Amino acid sequence: MSSGSPILRRRFLAAGAALTAVVALSACGAKTDAAGSSSDRAAKIDVSGDSVKVGLLNSLSGTMAISEVTVRNSLLLAVGEINASGGVLGKKIEPISEDGASDWPTFAEKATKLIKEDQVAATFGCWTSASRKAVKPVFEKNKSLLFYPVQYEGLEESPYIFYTGATTNQQIVPALDYLKSQGRKKIYLVGSDYVFPRTANKEIKAYAKANGMTVLGEDYAPLGSTEFSTIANKVKASKADAVFNTLNGDSNVAFFKEYKSAGLTAKSMPVVSVSIAEEEVKSIGPQYLAGQLTAWNYYQTTPGAANEKFVKAYKAKYGEDKPTSDPMEAAYTSVYLWKAMVEKAKSFDPEKVKAASDGITFDAPEGKVTVDGASQHIHKTARIGKIGTDGLITEVWNSGEPVKPDPFLKGYSWASGLS
Amino acid sequence: MNLLKGRSARAWTGFAGAAVALFAVAPAALSDFRLGLLAKYLCMAMVAVGICLAWGRGGLLTLGQGVFFGLGGYAMAMHLKIADAGPGNLPDFMQLYGTATELPWWWRPFGNPVFALAATVLLPMAVAALLGLFVFRRRVKGAYFAILSQALASAFAIWLVGQQATTGGTNGLTDIQGFFGYALDDPVNQRMVYFVIAAALLLLIALARQLIHSRYGELLVAVRDSEERVRFLGYDPANVKLVAYVVAAGMAGLAGALFVPAVGIISPALIGIVPSIEFVIGAAVGGRASLVGAVLGAIAVAWAKTALSEEFPAGWTYFQGLLFVVALAFLPGGLASLAKVLRRRGATAPAKAAVVTVGEAA
Repeated sequence: MSSGSPILRRRFLAAGAALTAVVALSACGAKTDAAGSSSDRAAKIDVSGDSVKVGLLNSLSGTMAISEVTVRNSLLLAVGEINASGGVLGKKIEPISEDGASDWPTFAEKATKLIKEDQVAATFGCWTSASRKAVKPVFEKNKSLLFYPVQYEGLEESPYIFYTGATTNQQIVPALDYLKSQGRKKIYLVGSDYVFPRTANKEIKAYAKANGMTVLGEDYAPLGSTEFSTIANKVKASKADAVFNTLNGDSNVAFFKEYKSAGLTAKSMPVVSVSIAEEEVKSIGPQYLAGQLTAWNYYQTTPGAANEKFVKAYKAKYGEDKPTSDPMEAAYTSVYLWKAMVEKAKSFDPEKVKAASDGITFDAPEGKVTVDGASQHIHKTARIGKIGTDGLITEVWNSGEPVKPDPFLKGYSWASGLS
Repeated sequence: MNLLKGRSARAWTGFAGAAVALFAVAPAALSDFRLGLLAKYLCMAMVAVGICLAWGRGGLLTLGQGVFFGLGGYAMAMHLKIADAGPGNLPDFMQLYGTATELPWWWRPFGNPVFALAATVLLPMAVAALLGLFVFRRRVKGAYFAILSQALASAFAIWLVGQQATTGGTNGLTDIQGFFGYALDDPVNQRMVYFVIAAALLLLIALARQLIHSRYGELLVAVRDSEERVRFLGYDPANVKLVAYVVAAGMAGLAGALFVPAVGIISPALIGIVPSIEFVIGAAVGGRASLVGAVLGAIAVAWAKTALSEEFPAGWTYFQGLLFVVALAFLPGGLASLAKVLRRRGATAPAKAAVVTVGEAA
């Protein structure tokens, strides 16, 4: 019935226990309190050939793929343009694409792979804050650079991340200023249940308290949820002046349909969204969104020669029906910013690139952007837009000049208790 | 008796072979990065050991192992986050998202390393015992048990996401710096973590093997195959199932706990419905009733996921799906039954060959 003799069985277990003990005792590395233990652990960059590798880390599968694929397309467009005009420091850029699969631990795994196995000079990508938080320690430990192209909730500065999307004071705060200037002082918060909406709403509530606005309600739906009749009815019953929407992805489709069927309109109670760009407008359907507001730093309609060139090149490469959006533009810009930093530093070494970053400018599709070396964010112009029936967004207000990034909202007294 | 000795000797050889492969060959042949990935796969294999026991031998379709994996992982990560923050400080994410000035009461015990280590295994076991008591006593089985497990996994993941100030929400617990005083960014320590995981996996396999080949193991298979008959023989099938379920939960908990230092993150994305199904798929592809099959299957599926996604970043999910369909359609018993199938083919092949030669001669 049982396996062999009892003695054999006992030896079996004893051998296992001994093995564990030996292993636990044999391996000993640096202790956590050993200062400078990781000083020589900077990642190697492969610059031996006539090309230099960069990583593109985006979700190509899973729920985020619909948004992140457009970012990768945009990154590839920039890489192709740079290669066509001679590359960086005489080297062609060789993009290595990896799939983050909308799964945060996978992002960390692929980031490690790009840095250690491919020895990339820099990595571009990530969308959700959760994926950025998962890869942040990977880039910091290996002293490698990440360019993050999406607007986010602020309250972060990593020495190895360049943030080319908006931080709070370049998107959410201007949107609140705009609502206030329009006399819309009673607001209702609707968001997806994850880090960005919860943190953004914390900031919005602090702003409201200091600016004589009232927050009438705050509701969260799980990511991917399509059940919004309760929330739409609560919003209607609250008699708010405006809704601040931080919903992500497909949830927006259901939310705006319910919003319309509850009898609410852009005129009576406008919705300001911070995660709906041209691509999402197309999938939600402009008929549900016409007249609603968005806050970004770039729209496909933003005037200027640089944008005309970008939109034309993107459509030529990926199709006439493909719109361009803010995160795509920030991704496109990030590759050019990296190129300018490398050329100023005359080196691909991340430390030298960082040191050269302050004051780098680029005539981006959104207008002129400047890198703030201290925070590694960029100066961006805030723009409020109105969604049209054709699915495009037209600007109704802008900040006039690029806004200095302030990720920890140090320049705002109402935000003192936030971090 | 000779046959029994033969089986035991085979197990010894297999065990020694695995030890050599894990402790000598792999560390010498693989880069630090690949060894780190192997450590992750071995954690998946640990969960598969438990699934082999509960599902393969006991017939309990455990579609909610993510819950126990998560309990173990969070228990470990909570301790490591507290240790990283240092005495009197709050973990970084609590300062960012929370308003509290001190640790929540249910975090505090995890500051103690002994409590945290014990909790990684005992907490999942306790939850499984509680759930199992209610479920098995009421004779809930089959699809109902599987659906219940799934619902639990989903509920746990949603709860974790909602409690952002105390659990890190969707981000989970990230940026773990140290492991009981050892800096995790040192490759030597990463290697140590790998060795601990490899040893733990071998121990779990040995433990599961003892259980499978014991009187209890026979009873477990009997319950799987005919629960009513076992009841008529005077045993309580509920207790038999409960033990397998609780042991499987403990194994998943330990796997989750060791996953944290190996990968450096635990998040609700590793706990919900999809990862719970993925745990089961590994065991199914390898062969759920065979320990070796389940373990190798879990490692192979995890490895294939990495390899395919690196090779075809845009279309790897199709290949992965195809792999499952092919494996399950042609080898319902999993890869472990491959040898048996081939042997059967081998036995019929010479006969066919003979027919062909005769045909050619004519």
